[in-house]
Amino acid sequence: MSDVVGDAPLPSVTAGTSEGAQEMAPRGATEGVALQIEQGVLRLPEGPTLDTGDVVIESGEDETMIINMGPQHPSTHGVLRLMLELDGETVLRTKAVIGYLHTGMERTGEELTYTQGGTNVTRMDYLAPLFNETVFSMAVEELLGIEIPERAVWIRMLLMELNRISSHLLYMATNGMDVGAISMMIYGWRERELVLSFFEKVTGLRMNHNFIRPGGTAADLPDGWRDDVLGLLEAIPPRLDEYDTLLTGQPIFRDRTEGVGVITPEAAIALSATGPLLRSTGVPWDLRRSMPYLRYDEVEFDVVVGSYGDAFDRYAIRLNEMRESLRIVRQILDRMPNGPYRVMDKKVTPPPRGRIDQSMEALIHHFKIFTEGFKVPEGEVYVAIESPRGELGCYLVSDGSAKPYRLHIRGPSFVNLQSLPTMLRGGLIADAVAVISSVDPVMGEVDR
Amino acid sequence: MTDVAEVLFVAPDEYLAKIAALKADGFEMCIDVTAVDYLIHPGRPLPDGVEPARFEVVVNLLAMGEPRRVRVRVQVPGDEPHLPSLYDLYPGADAMEREVFDLMGIVFDGHPDLTRILMPEDWEGHPLRKDFDNVRVPVQFKAPRSTR
Repeated sequence: MSDVVGDAPLPSVTAGTSEGAQEMAPRGATEGVALQIEQGVLRLPEGPTLDTGDVVIESGEDETMIINMGPQHPSTHGVLRLMLELDGETVLRTKAVIGYLHTGMERTGEELTYTQGGTNVTRMDYLAPLFNETVFSMAVEELLGIEIPERAVWIRMLLMELNRISSHLLYMATNGMDVGAISMMIYGWRERELVLSFFEKVTGLRMNHNFIRPGGTAADLPDGWRDDVLGLLEAIPPRLDEYDTLLTGQPIFRDRTEGVGVITPEAAIALSATGPLLRSTGVPWDLRRSMPYLRYDEVEFDVVVGSYGDAFDRYAIRLNEMRESLRIVRQILDRMPNGPYRVMDKKVTPPPRGRIDQSMEALIHHFKIFTEGFKVPEGEVYVAIESPRGELGCYLVSDGSAKPYRLHIRGPSFVNLQSLPTMLRGGLIADAVAVISSVDPVMGEVDR
Repeated sequence: MTDVAEVLFVAPDEYLAKIAALKADGFEMCIDVTAVDYLIHPGRPLPDGVEPARFEVVVNLLAMGEPRRVRVRVQVPGDEPHLPSLYDLYPGADAMEREVFDLMGIVFDGHPDLTRILMPEDWEGHPLRKDFDNVRVPVQFKAPRSTR
């Protein structure tokens, strides 16, 4: 462990464990700035943005206790572990300990060809797999310098917007459950299943589709897709109105979320927060609008922003983003062009199955693509899209071979978790559940 | 084209000053900090005057007023991978720098809490380095017990 810098002497509570420095140490063993991070105090060049005295943390060491929340706590959406220092029920310090789901997916990505890479990245944010596939494919296409056909662009947008709805529906379910509205959990899962069965029809799988691939999509939309989407457009809006009745106006839900986990726009920007977390503070930042990709500059939608930066705003933003997504889906239905769904470049896309029996060349191309993969020109590229959780980025370096030299995914959940100490500061431990839930972290993406 | 970032190359000793200047220029959010180990791909294309080193730290900054991106690439030598931390400029770089330290072994001087973030604390080595090959742990497979 000689390479660990600033290796403080292990405090007695963690002595003998293997995770000393990642954990929260007693206050006496933590130094200045690290202590401030845990307290949620932001240090900007102009000085701390918070009055450090607004939460009294000077109570004696023996009056506070450090407790573990997670990694097996149901409200942590997986294996997030929070260490909280409590004075009674008040949270004084927070430290997130992550890595329990780390499987080295960025390293795995270096071992897979560009054709296989989609199966890897799709498992990172497993609630929004189509976004991961899209950002990876867009990065590869950027390096290849190819333009995908119009129909592939619109298929991607259709699937991504439906995926945004299914992801937010799951947020609705878990958020409701976390603050005590258990029935909401059932409804959220039920509606999400409608969207997932459409995905199953299109891609063959409910999750982890590997449907969007470099060069376009794996297949065309199936027969009758339009009726299925129209069915969704008919089924989901009334259900969203039901959620409105069930949660938005409900005094208990509002009490649990209003004014809880407040973050200021300055703090959110300083902590690199994106997505609904940033928009809840009133910053109208949505990559679909601000830096459009695909054809998002050609569809009409509103960027939903909040005004208080609390958990309720984040709930309301997601609820209304689903309505905006439905609005985009309606426009996509009108504009879906005909034509090929993947590039016709034989070096990138495998030939249609029928051609393999007729043409020697097609057989060779098929064989080459699935054994060696296609070569991508040397270069490096960063592509970002707006996932349901924020900016999802892909930094891809190619050395000219058929496998990425370096694949890095900028996961919004990973970065957004940094805001937790600031949002939990001085709150109650019961509210911590509502706050974690309002960030909507997906641990597969946090730990990658 | 979807990659709209302007790419800048900075020497390690000018790194912090350059990022501070960019922040003053309106790049208010540090979107991403990552690193690449160019150990087995040394001949990458670089502009004149940039001396290739083993590591390259890549910082993505974002300006939100008039949407712009900039990507700062800084060469970090392999024998002494040190770089000043961005924490004082961008508190959001905290977890990202910890991740780069953990997986790539680049030390960010001045970081308040530079510990491993994804790997276990007692892990040896940095798994995203190209010369890290003890990821392959031999697994002993056993044949299923015969039922006959």
